[in-house]
Amino acid sequence: MMSNLAVLPIIIPLVSGILLAFFHTKTPFVRHAAKLLSVISTGVAAYVFYYVLQNGTVTLETGGWEAPYGIVLVADLLAVTLVLTTNIIGLACIFYAPHSLTEQKEKFYFYTFFFLLITGVSGAFLTGDLFNLFVFFEVLLMASYALITLGGEKVQLRESIKYVLVNLFSSIVFVTTVAFLYSVLGTVNMAQMAERVQEVEQQGILTTIGILLFFVFATKAALFPLYYWLPKPYTVPNPVVSAMFAALLTKVGVYSIIRMFTLVFVHKMEVTHELFIWIAGFTLVFGAIGALSTNNIKLVIAYNIIPAVGFMVMGVGIYNQTALSGSVYYMISDMIIKAALFLLAGAVAHVVGTPDLRKMKGLIHQLPLLGWLLFISAFVLAGVPPFSGFIGKLMIMQGGFADGEIAIVIIGLLSSLLILYSIMKIFVRGFWGEKDESITIDKKTVTALTWPVAFLVFFTVLLGIGAEMFYPVVDDISNQLMNPEIYIDSVFKE
Amino acid sequence: MEIIMSVVAGILFAAGIYNLLQKQLLRIVIGTVILSNGAHLFILTMGKLKRGAPPVLEYGVSEYADPLPQALILTSIVISFGLTSLLLVLSYRAAQENNTDNMEKLRGNHDE
Amino acid sequence: MHGTNDLILRTATVLISFILFAFSIYLFLAGHNAPGGGFVGGLMTASAIVLMYMAYGERAVSKIIPVNYRFLIPTGLLIALLTGAGSFAFGEPFLNQTFGHFHIPLLGDKELATALLFDLGVYLTVVGITMTIILSIAGDRE
Repeated sequence: MMSNLAVLPIIIPLVSGILLAFFHTKTPFVRHAAKLLSVISTGVAAYVFYYVLQNGTVTLETGGWEAPYGIVLVADLLAVTLVLTTNIIGLACIFYAPHSLTEQKEKFYFYTFFFLLITGVSGAFLTGDLFNLFVFFEVLLMASYALITLGGEKVQLRESIKYVLVNLFSSIVFVTTVAFLYSVLGTVNMAQMAERVQEVEQQGILTTIGILLFFVFATKAALFPLYYWLPKPYTVPNPVVSAMFAALLTKVGVYSIIRMFTLVFVHKMEVTHELFIWIAGFTLVFGAIGALSTNNIKLVIAYNIIPAVGFMVMGVGIYNQTALSGSVYYMISDMIIKAALFLLAGAVAHVVGTPDLRKMKGLIHQLPLLGWLLFISAFVLAGVPPFSGFIGKLMIMQGGFADGEIAIVIIGLLSSLLILYSIMKIFVRGFWGEKDESITIDKKTVTALTWPVAFLVFFTVLLGIGAEMFYPVVDDISNQLMNPEIYIDSVFKE
Repeated sequence: MEIIMSVVAGILFAAGIYNLLQKQLLRIVIGTVILSNGAHLFILTMGKLKRGAPPVLEYGVSEYADPLPQALILTSIVISFGLTSLLLVLSYRAAQENNTDNMEKLRGNHDE
Repeated sequence: MHGTNDLILRTATVLISFILFAFSIYLFLAGHNAPGGGFVGGLMTASAIVLMYMAYGERAVSKIIPVNYRFLIPTGLLIALLTGAGSFAFGEPFLNQTFGHFHIPLLGDKELATALLFDLGVYLTVVGITMTIILSIAGDRE
């Protein structure tokens, strides 16, 4: 199917961002306009998702240049599902933002950069061209650099320097890798790359380049041992920004790994995918330990990003249909729940005045709804039935058992326990106990901050309870991933 | 020619990484600039170097240089231009705000 | 940015900045078929403006060129994007372009391409971004 539909999820946030830049001083107007534009964007993403679900992959050759020569956008089921998830998270964050940000920050083009971030993420999901993927990475990173420094506090500037430098370095390595691939394969179109790699049965040099590419994406996705840059910078900006980062940025890295290592580099599994399993194991262990090591609730949640990424990459490493379904399911659920948790931690820190867990107690009396939402989120994150985290993990584990990867499955189970403990620690220490009279709450703000969280948690619960409904979609996605020729045909057939 | 250019790119990479590992912020910024220039040179080299051939296919021209690496470099140069200017502003502000441009002192405390 | 008292720079700027402006417009119009284009043209224009700032100082130049450079960035982006999305109206894929020959009074038969509009967007964005960055760093000292 050739249609301009594929580019709509990229253009609409971009236009929204640009339009809002013109009115950046008129805060009340911009707030409402941003909400409206976000709803429109989500609606369009939902329509594109529905269309792809009904009619199969939609491709677009931009500028009318034919597939291997021009840049092609490929809206397959995996891409549009993730675009829809991105937009749902964006929607919740947009409604949370006015109550959490100071007006001065909003005036400083917050909404513009917010929409540019969504543009970059959607573009990275939809593109079918490796160099274009790099360009969209840069778009989303540029927006993220602006968002992470928004406000310009001392800590923020200090941490963002590290964040920018690490990402800059990995971007340069990305360009170099593209140059390598171009000299060996003579193309940057993913579908054509897949064909050519298959022809030469992925010789040694290609596997090396593949591992280099994995290094780039692993840095973006925060895998062991490249996660060291992640936790601190994610805690310094405003909760809305943290939530967007946690939900989207690392997942773009994971998506790229899934795309490249199910489509292109699939002929030397005993090297590449075996490596992923090991790395996933270490990522799970170290991430979970990191989450236990601190009393800063924002940092606890930031560390929890890491084992989640480990689970997703584990599914790719095991590489069978069940495990890939699990990875995709877990990824969708994790994007939503991470955003919810960061928004939640932001709300708690806003009420108490500090993210330090040692200074909190008995918050359940003041914030009953937030407390129970945290309780549910912990269960979702750790994978307790019947929530969505459970279904994703279950499928990954099933796939692991089927392939005889018992050790990694056990590591996964144990780290799940640690994850549950790390979040429950916040609930037990911060929310149980006697009422702290010194904390006064502003009912109106707290309610406004709670609704977006509830909205997101509702979605994850829906993903868990309604698994029967969503499973066929995810199964279809992993079927497409296991059969690269479906992707290649959709690019080249017309 | 390709070999010489690859070696030059390698030297640029080495110099860039050396600068990247310094403590002073400005040196780090310069390191990223050198590093990205090395990457650009590398893309050009990987697209096969040719002399005197037009980059675009025209009527009556049988030999032409590959236009794709040049398009890639142009994009990449524009991006690194933007990133460098952003990084300069950012490091200037960070140095001003924290009263130091030494990375060792920008490490931060444990409980923040 | 304060102006300088350097007489040579101030006198030379009058001449050089006009040459730079003219050349930048030439580069901008030459683009899409020959070396040049919005990006280089924009950088050249920005360098001409910066030269004027260096010679005559902020107060004088902002009176001559009363443009809010921040405003140029979204304007340029919007022009570029709408040119790309304009192909939707004709049922063509995104970013599709076309060109035609037109007879313009005084100039004669000229080729006009939609790529030029896209380049205009790039040009404005580049001028806007470059000037915003340079002025924000330079304005910090005072």
